[in-house]
Amino acid sequence: MLVEASDLNMTFEEGIEALKGIELSIREGEFVSIVGASGCGKTTLLRILAGLQQGYAGEVSLSGMPPLDARQSQHDLSFVFQEANLLPWRHVLGNVMLPLELRQDSRAVSEIHDLLELVGLHDFAHAFPRQLSGGMKMRASLARALVTRPDLLLMDEPFGALDELTRQRLNEELLGLWERDKWTCLFVTHNVFEAVFMSERVIVMKPRPGSIATEIEVPLEYPRRPELRAEPEFARVVGEVSAALREHGE
Amino acid sequence: MKDVRLIALLAPVTLLGVVILIWHLVTVVFSIQPFLLPGPSAVSSAARNHSDELLRATLITAAGALGGFAISFLLGSVIAFLFSQSRIIQYSFYPYAIFLQTVPIVAIAPLIVIWCGTGFQSVVIVAMIISLFPIITNGTAGLTSISQQQADLFSLYNASRWQVLWKLRLPNSVPNLVTGAKISSGLSVIGAIIGEFFVGYSTKNFGLGYLILMTSGQLKTPYLFATIICSTLLGVAIFLLINLMGDLILKRWQE
Repeated sequence: MLVEASDLNMTFEEGIEALKGIELSIREGEFVSIVGASGCGKTTLLRILAGLQQGYAGEVSLSGMPPLDARQSQHDLSFVFQEANLLPWRHVLGNVMLPLELRQDSRAVSEIHDLLELVGLHDFAHAFPRQLSGGMKMRASLARALVTRPDLLLMDEPFGALDELTRQRLNEELLGLWERDKWTCLFVTHNVFEAVFMSERVIVMKPRPGSIATEIEVPLEYPRRPELRAEPEFARVVGEVSAALREHGE
Repeated sequence: MKDVRLIALLAPVTLLGVVILIWHLVTVVFSIQPFLLPGPSAVSSAARNHSDELLRATLITAAGALGGFAISFLLGSVIAFLFSQSRIIQYSFYPYAIFLQTVPIVAIAPLIVIWCGTGFQSVVIVAMIISLFPIITNGTAGLTSISQQQADLFSLYNASRWQVLWKLRLPNSVPNLVTGAKISSGLSVIGAIIGEFFVGYSTKNFGLGYLILMTSGQLKTPYLFATIICSTLLGVAIFLLINLMGDLILKRWQE
């Protein structure tokens, strides 16, 4: 799905200017990360693209349609939240099937099991969220987002609360899934390493008001192996993004 | 862990034994008249002598309390549902719901008897009135307090109002309803006993409320003590029953 925003501005009722002059263009099948200090409007931008936040000014389109229309048409988008946001009274399978239930999509349960296998939760289909670790909850949340076979996946700091090892594993798994299905992905994170490891391009935002400071291309080949994290080129791009963040972070 | 559980069980039992012993010694040492403060043995023999009446009265009061509690749970849930569906309904009726909580139940119990007659139904109504409010407030809170992320999740998949209600709001309200039920269960026993103060029943079928009035009026203090203990045990039993049911239901809801 093609994502475009032109002169996007968002001011909340209390007069807080959350976004100003956002220009954004994401190709179909591209993996783009957004990094920036807390409060620079990353989540607001994602919510606008998902059609969850109204009241903005400027042009926003998903495959040529306003987000709300795109969401209600065949163009499918999914959102992975900061927390796993699983419904505690449903087991993993029930949580993953929720989007299909809401759309009255009677997809075969075997297909859901395949998806659970893909995210490593096949043996936990009937476990409740309280029985899962933080990483497993996030995997279930990812499976729920992927169950509708989205064209666009919006991810709002999904791995922020996980330990470093689990985060790295999930980064690799997510990349594997993306390389297989090539949905467009917009990934918000605080973690520069994660942004560089996964993305083709990193957008650096600056706060007050939230705007795009710079964009940095990541010239690293896919598939990206875990060893990439130790290579000089990786370190160079991480350094470049970190320097941009420092420059625009305050 | 096992030691801690053992202590948690033994400590209150030991304390009870000590209190009963002190109670016994006080009545013997100070030669207190049994109609003022009967000793534990007098209470125990009164309980044995009147065990049939006490058991029947406890069961009758339990039926009134549980009946009132069940109706308050159903009615309270329906009212909470209506409150959650319309702000206008909530704003219009909520102040009158508070009335249920603040009005002295002993003041309106006689009115209930005048309107509904003496008998079991009035006891149930008094128990229902006193236990209704916690169900309404907790149920409404559960139905209306969904997180932004949960609401977003359902919006994302264009969920209908009915789907949000059925798949999110109702299940989300269950822990709150259980909390309301736990509070109400204790109140329903108080309501049933107060109801029985006024209703009286017949001289053959009476509950603990009637027994309390009768035994205190006739200065049968050991029997009154036995009745009070039965009332307390009934309250504890109903509270534990609802807690157990609540914990079983809530197993799924724990995060």
